[in-house]
Parts: sequence; C-alpha cells; structure tokens
Amino acid sequence: MNPRRKKRLALAVGLIGGVAAVASLLLYALNTNLNLFYTPTEITRGKADTGVKPEVGQRIRVGGMVTEGSMVRDPNSLHVEFAVHDAGGGSVIVTYDDLLPDLFREGQGIVAQGVLTADGKLEASEVLAKHDENYMPPEVAEAMGKNHEKLQYSEEQKGGSR
Amino acid sequence: MWKWLHPYADPERAYQLSDKLLPWFTFLAIAFIATGTVWGLAFAPTDYQQGDSYRIIFIHVPAASMSMAAYMGMATAAFIGLVWQIKAADWTAAAIAPIGAVVTFIALFTGASWGKPMWGTWWVWDARLTSELVLLFLYLGVIALYASFEDKVLAARAAGILAIVGVINIPIIKYSVEWWSSLHQPSTIRITEKSTMSTDMLYPLLINIFGFGLMIGALTLVRFKAEILARNAMRPWVREMALARGAK
Repeated sequence: MNPRRKKRLALAVGLIGGVAAVASLLLYALNTNLNLFYTPTEITRGKADTGVKPEVGQRIRVGGMVTEGSMVRDPNSLHVEFAVHDAGGGSVIVTYDDLLPDLFREGQGIVAQGVLTADGKLEASEVLAKHDENYMPPEVAEAMGKNHEKLQYSEEQKGGSR
Repeated sequence: MWKWLHPYADPERAYQLSDKLLPWFTFLAIAFIATGTVWGLAFAPTDYQQGDSYRIIFIHVPAASMSMAAYMGMATAAFIGLVWQIKAADWTAAAIAPIGAVVTFIALFTGASWGKPMWGTWWVWDARLTSELVLLFLYLGVIALYASFEDKVLAARAAGILAIVGVINIPIIKYSVEWWSSLHQPSTIRITEKSTMSTDMLYPLLINIFGFGLMIGALTLVRFKAEILARNAMRPWVREMALARGAK
C-alpha cells in the first residue's frame, strides 16, 4: 500500500473509532434515560443505580406483566383496574378508562403511561401492549396451555360513561 | 491478494459485469419474494395471539433487516472509495443510498401500521423505533450530500464520510431491544440458538429476507449501471454503445 493510501486508511479507521468511542460514552451516560419505562420495583424502591423515585403527580410510564387474576372490570363502563408486576417482586395498581389494545391479556407485558396518584396507583391515560418475540399457531399455544383469548366488551360497556 | 478484482474498477468492465449479473438477480429476487410472500400470507398458520395481523412480519422484518444490511454495504463501498479512491466504489455507495432509504421507510411504515392495532399506538419514542428513524435520516443525508456537489469526486467524499460515521447506528439499532427496556419486542430469529417462531412461519420469513436482499442487489445494479453511464457519458465506449443501440 502506498503512503497516501495508508494515511487515508488510518484517517478513516480513526474516524470510525473516534465516533464509536463518543457514541458509547454518550449512550453510557444517557443509559437510564433511554429506558422507555419504570418497572414496578423502581417505583417502590427507586432506580437501581441512582435511587431516583417518581413523585406523586408525575407523568411516568410503567412497564411490566399484568398479574394473573388481578383484573377488575366495571360491568357498566370501560373502567378497569389491574396490577402490574415484574421479576424484581414490585407491583403497582393501574387504573384505566378506555378500550385496551388487542394484545392485552393477563400475564402479558404492557407499558402504561399516566399520573402517579397519592395512594400509589397509576392513573393511566394510555395502555400499550408489549408483544414478545414468540410466534406460534393457535393449536401449539393451546397445547402449551397459553391464554390467548381477546377481551370481549358488552354493548353496555362500550356505551358506558367514560 | 485482490489483484483479480482490479480490472473491475474500470467503468467499462464494471458495466459489463453488472449487465451480466442483473437478469440473475432480478429472476431470483422475483422467485424468492413471490414464494415467500404467497407462502407467508396465504399458507402459514395464524398466530395464537395476533391472528392474521402478524403477517405484516413477512414484509416488516425483511425490510428492517435489509435496511441495515444495505447500510453496511453502502458504508463498505464508501470506505473502499475513500481509502483506495476507486470511483466505482463511490458510485456503488451512491446507487445504494436511495434504495436503502425506501426500504427503511417501508420498515417504519409497516411497523407503525402494525403497532396501532397491536400495541395501541402508531409511534412511541422507543430506542428501536428512534434509532431506525435515525437510519432513515442518515440515508437521506447521504443522498442529499451526494446530490449537492457539482463535482462528483468531492460529493462522493462528503457523502462517504457521513456514511462511514453513520455505521455506529447499526449496532445501536440491532441491540437497542436488549440494552434498554423498550416497547418493541426482541428479535425472533436467533442465529446461535433456536428461533422463537414455529418453523412453518419461519421458512417463508427467511425466504423473504433473502428475496429482499436479492431485490436490493438487483435495484443496486440498475442504479449502478445508470451511475456509470452518467459519470462516463463522454467516454468513447459509452458513445459507441449508445450509437449501437440506436441513440441519436
């Protein structure tokens, strides 16, 4: 390789290395802020590295699994309450007054955005269902005993007060 | 070691080679995409939770993974063009950029239209979605830089530097779903372990991913040929060829 090419090669490799270093430092510094949501454990105990706890009245996102058997639905309206837990053992109650997304199930991962109230509940204005990376035909899911029924709404609930 | 490659840096040889390769890429791309799409959309079983809505995966995943692969191809070409100053490599990078931008847009668009019924939102500022959007802007930046200089050697250098710097975004897209908690699901297709998808869904998906790669290859060849002609319009071989094909 002639010296001019060698110089250009060194410059190009240096450029990539430099940008990679800057980007990794930046991402490292921003690490916790890049998470989309708090986990229920982080709400009760604070973030693992900084100990920052969300305050009452703050708008936050909570992500976790809907606890099996925790869902309480009002028969006359869309109001619904359910607990969200995570592997760390934390749990938080979420209340919501709108149609839930198609993928919402007990045992399913969700991300809820809303305001933290004084009694430690999250008054959600938006509930997003998180899909996992598993895809399978219904027969296979049936055989594995997976819950895959969609939520049904009665006419009364749909017409009920918001 | 690379001596055998050197003749292909010559525009005329590169043009002839692309001419020969193009029908193969076109034929295989059409065959693969047709097979994968018909199999995926009509014959693959429905998903246990999403029903038929999951079928967008047969377009979304090939588009998304190939948007990253195309970027790596473009950046590699730009790197070669920058270090060894091979013009054909610069033209390749310029040829890939608009194709990559369209494929990235397809990935974002199909993802959004799936996200609305499944997640409950079109868009969320999640690490995966945001970094894929940055990829679209990188492509648009490369296209804009290449187009904005009259002198194409200078244009290729400017666009090439941006393309190389942007490579840092590729691992960020790839690992965003593992490094941070995000709404987007982790990858289904695993290289080192078993994929988390039943095989009668996985095969059409893999066929379509391969088909998208071939399609990008075919489109790149078409654009590469046009780029060679545009940059060499004054050369005798181009004039002779044009005359032979009946140009006035």
